[in-house]
Amino acid sequence: MAIFPKSWTTPRVELDKASKIWLTIASFAIPLLLWSLVSYVPFLWHPDIKVTDPGNVSYFREGTLVKKEIFEREVDKRLAIKGENPANIPQGIPANPVYLPAPHEVALAMYTAFTTPPKRFNEPWLHQSLWHSVQIIFWGFFWSMVFGVPLGILAGTYDSASRIIEPFTEFFRYLPAPAFGALAVAILGIYDAPKIAIIFIGTFFQMVLIVATTTRKLNMALVEAALTLGCKGKSLIRRVILPGVLPDLFRDMRILLGWAWTYLIVAELIGTSSGITWFITQQARYKNFDNVFAAILMIGILGIVTDMILAKLGKRMFPWHNAG
Amino acid sequence: MTETTMNIENAHPLDKWVTPEIAARNDRIEIRPVALEIKQLHKSFEHKGKVNKVLNGIDFTTHKREFICVVGPSGCGKSTLARLVAGLEQKESGHILVEGKEVTEPGPDRGMVFQSYSLFPWMSVKQNVMFGLTQAGMARNTAEAEALQWIDLVGLSKFVDAYPHQLSGGMKQRVAIIRALANQPKILLMDEPFAALDPKNRLKMQQYLLEIWRNIDITIFFITHDLDEAIYLADRILVLDANPGRVKEVVKVPLPRPRADDTLLTEEFLATKAYLESLVHPPETEEEESMEDKLSMVRMVPVNAEVPDIY
Repeated sequence: MAIFPKSWTTPRVELDKASKIWLTIASFAIPLLLWSLVSYVPFLWHPDIKVTDPGNVSYFREGTLVKKEIFEREVDKRLAIKGENPANIPQGIPANPVYLPAPHEVALAMYTAFTTPPKRFNEPWLHQSLWHSVQIIFWGFFWSMVFGVPLGILAGTYDSASRIIEPFTEFFRYLPAPAFGALAVAILGIYDAPKIAIIFIGTFFQMVLIVATTTRKLNMALVEAALTLGCKGKSLIRRVILPGVLPDLFRDMRILLGWAWTYLIVAELIGTSSGITWFITQQARYKNFDNVFAAILMIGILGIVTDMILAKLGKRMFPWHNAG
Repeated sequence: MTETTMNIENAHPLDKWVTPEIAARNDRIEIRPVALEIKQLHKSFEHKGKVNKVLNGIDFTTHKREFICVVGPSGCGKSTLARLVAGLEQKESGHILVEGKEVTEPGPDRGMVFQSYSLFPWMSVKQNVMFGLTQAGMARNTAEAEALQWIDLVGLSKFVDAYPHQLSGGMKQRVAIIRALANQPKILLMDEPFAALDPKNRLKMQQYLLEIWRNIDITIFFITHDLDEAIYLADRILVLDANPGRVKEVVKVPLPRPRADDTLLTEEFLATKAYLESLVHPPETEEEESMEDKLSMVRMVPVNAEVPDIY
């Protein structure tokens, strides 16, 4: 018997249910396994030494991480002295650098990050930071959709609209959104407005072009059928084009929402740092890298959970799509 | 009959099948009001700077409640002709008049059924049929009642709330037909509507269509490449020539109405088909083509193979 079922190596063939589940689990398990190996197997990497007994080395403390060479130098110095008291020789175990916490530490941090009160009383708790980030994303993306979707649909429907909208949009989308940070702060102040503006700039121009392309892909026969049924102009857009592209539009929005998250970190750094980015930079400053990892993972989890919910919602809302 | 035998010189090859009843019916059609008039219609397409003449001076007139089929070799512009009448393409010059009114843009007075199923996939059968009615400003309740009648007419009452992806090809086309007819158009344009169906379903749909046509005040302009279909359905067949498309001949189908079930096997049917065949694919060019198309195939099966020859 082969190691893999035949269907695994047949191009574009749907897998059986068990294979699907196993592979999905493996998709997460493999990176986790690699991370665990590097973290828990002492002879893999581990360039530092965690001091368990400082001996008589003045600058060692129990629990400090030192480079392996430095530690060995201090040990050698003491071994060179004849009759040195063994208690003076420092002891330690191999360890990874502070910026690579082990899985269990990050897992613990996922919980403690929420339960640990902020260092100063006027600083936000983690859940407050996260909620702030979600709001920034929401408003940035909301305004993108308010302007981007109608413009995209217009451009996809009328060639004239496409000519007047798309060339400039095409140019503008190459301007990196973060480059507008200073400008946004100058115009909109230091609080949330410039952050929302960055998310907007990062997603709006892409959205116009993607929505236009999606609209153009709508089956021409549907538009022509509508025309011969006496439907044109505004009601053509409302009754045929919009519902016709809605499933694909929904998928586009899911993809673009992912982009919005990538712009979030830059957006939150401009003006006064806020949200999850503030939390991450703050924790990095205290060298709480387990918290940093936990926060990054939280963004990932938030992103994938939103996407999964939207995907399920899409299937329910557009049952005719991709069927039959 | 006597007339045709007298001047046998310029007699039409199909004349001998025209019985007095068929002739009388053709005469009755001709005195009906004109439904569609096409005058000196020209159309070209431009592709990469090269102008391609598709229709070159088409003249054609149909009468009310007439069933017209358009046939011709591929590239004769028969689909373009239907799309021009629908208003989906802009003509270059000439006139298209529907009951005396010039066609400038698509409108509900000219219904169209496409080959690709063009039902709105997000609407149920009922909503699809109601589409044109509510668009024309009819109240929802009235439109719904009317739609249900149409759906009943084509025997899809069980599928009122079904969505297009749940229907078979034939059912979809039935819905597409009544969706167009619900608007009470003057002409129903059909662009190879049954080409994607299997032969059995196609025949069934043809019978359905004739039944609908008989019961509704509608002129049908039906594009097809299937000569059997054209003869079975049409009163007159407009035969187009290709490159550029022009009228080769308008053939009056010498078959009685209503069509009998065995019409397709009768002598007059086969004679009409042979005649159309000679118009659409003239014999001399066909020979030339087949000579060119012959494959220069080398024998690649060894003589001592298990199956050395297929004959």
